[in-house]
Amino acid sequence: MKIAFTSTGKDLEAQIDPRFGRTAFFVLLDTETTELEVIDNSAIQEEAHGAGTATAQLLFKLKPDVLITGNGPGETAAKVLKKSAIRIFVEAHQMSLRDALKHFENGDLREV
Amino acid sequence: MTDSQPNRIAVASGKGGTGKTLVSTHLAHTLSQSKDCVLVDLDVEEPNAHLFYEQANPTFEMPVFKQIPDWQSNICTRCGQCAEICAYHAVVQLGEMIMVLDELCHSCYACSELCPVEALPMKNHEIGSLSSLQHENLTIFTGKLRLGEEQAVPLIKKSIALSNQEIKDQTYIIYDSPPGTSCPVVAAVGNANLVLLITEPTPFGLNDLKIAIETMRQMDKPLAVILNRDGIGNDEVEQYCDVNNIPLIAKIPYNEDIARNYAQGKLSNEVPQMADAMKAVEEYIQKIQFHHA
Repeated sequence: MKIAFTSTGKDLEAQIDPRFGRTAFFVLLDTETTELEVIDNSAIQEEAHGAGTATAQLLFKLKPDVLITGNGPGETAAKVLKKSAIRIFVEAHQMSLRDALKHFENGDLREV
Repeated sequence: MTDSQPNRIAVASGKGGTGKTLVSTHLAHTLSQSKDCVLVDLDVEEPNAHLFYEQANPTFEMPVFKQIPDWQSNICTRCGQCAEICAYHAVVQLGEMIMVLDELCHSCYACSELCPVEALPMKNHEIGSLSSLQHENLTIFTGKLRLGEEQAVPLIKKSIALSNQEIKDQTYIIYDSPPGTSCPVVAAVGNANLVLLITEPTPFGLNDLKIAIETMRQMDKPLAVILNRDGIGNDEVEQYCDVNNIPLIAKIPYNEDIARNYAQGKLSNEVPQMADAMKAVEEYIQKIQFHHA
């Protein structure tokens, strides 16, 4: 399974970025191989408009099975993500990616 | 006032709830006693000026559209140029699909024009309505944004353009602007040759007045300040206007009769404090030289 985290940093010790559209990084974890892939999304800070849909388009290309994030995508970004099969889990605020993964595996994160 | 062109007065404020509609409706009433006057409610997310003229005759109501791209999946080659060029990320490419987010589209036509196979012709998308009322010398236009639409600017621009068609020389036009200093306000005051900034004598009122003044100066707009709910708060707004040579042309005292009438959708031109304030504004408007672009 491929899991995407919205992240403030580049490894599993980093904190979850609570924002979806303006997340600094996506960290992709392959749970079979435990390999990590890091996608820098920081250029989005320059965008005045449509950060949510732009990031949703990027995530669509990355094709994870699961997204773990904080606040959850806004309405417009959610409209885009609905076109994908990605399952979205939210409210992983103030957790490291590792903690968020643990919560996800225990079924403690809310799916939207 | 020597010009024969209409005098366009925008009523704006940095802070919400300071009395834009109060001033717009009362000023329109005052000015229309002697001349044709047009009041355009550009606070399209919550227009309310018309509530004070329930006795007026409705003259028309029409839908207002913006243009958005209409993806033709059978023609599209999925080259992705449209999603690439869209500055607002209103067009996204999702694998084999192009998705248009109607509410984010700014109608810039870039995707439509650049598409090599013309797979994105533009189509009408209804964003709201424009209606009109007539009461003696006063014409009222109301722009109303549809629920769920995010962009007020296209409707504000259309409302200004359509109301312009009704305007004769020597008319006063009053634009009741939305609050704040963002794009809708810039669109609403863009056409005006005088901006009346309404504020209240509180720290919030002063803070937001400063931001509004800065915005109007960048737009090169002549401005004057009207103080509403005078008597509450402190005198910092007056001091600020004094020190910075900003004309403070009228004060509307905090008054329960005015508040009660307003809450009931009634004008207070009969209340002496309001009558005095409107007279001061009218005199100022008659005195100044309007600059026409």
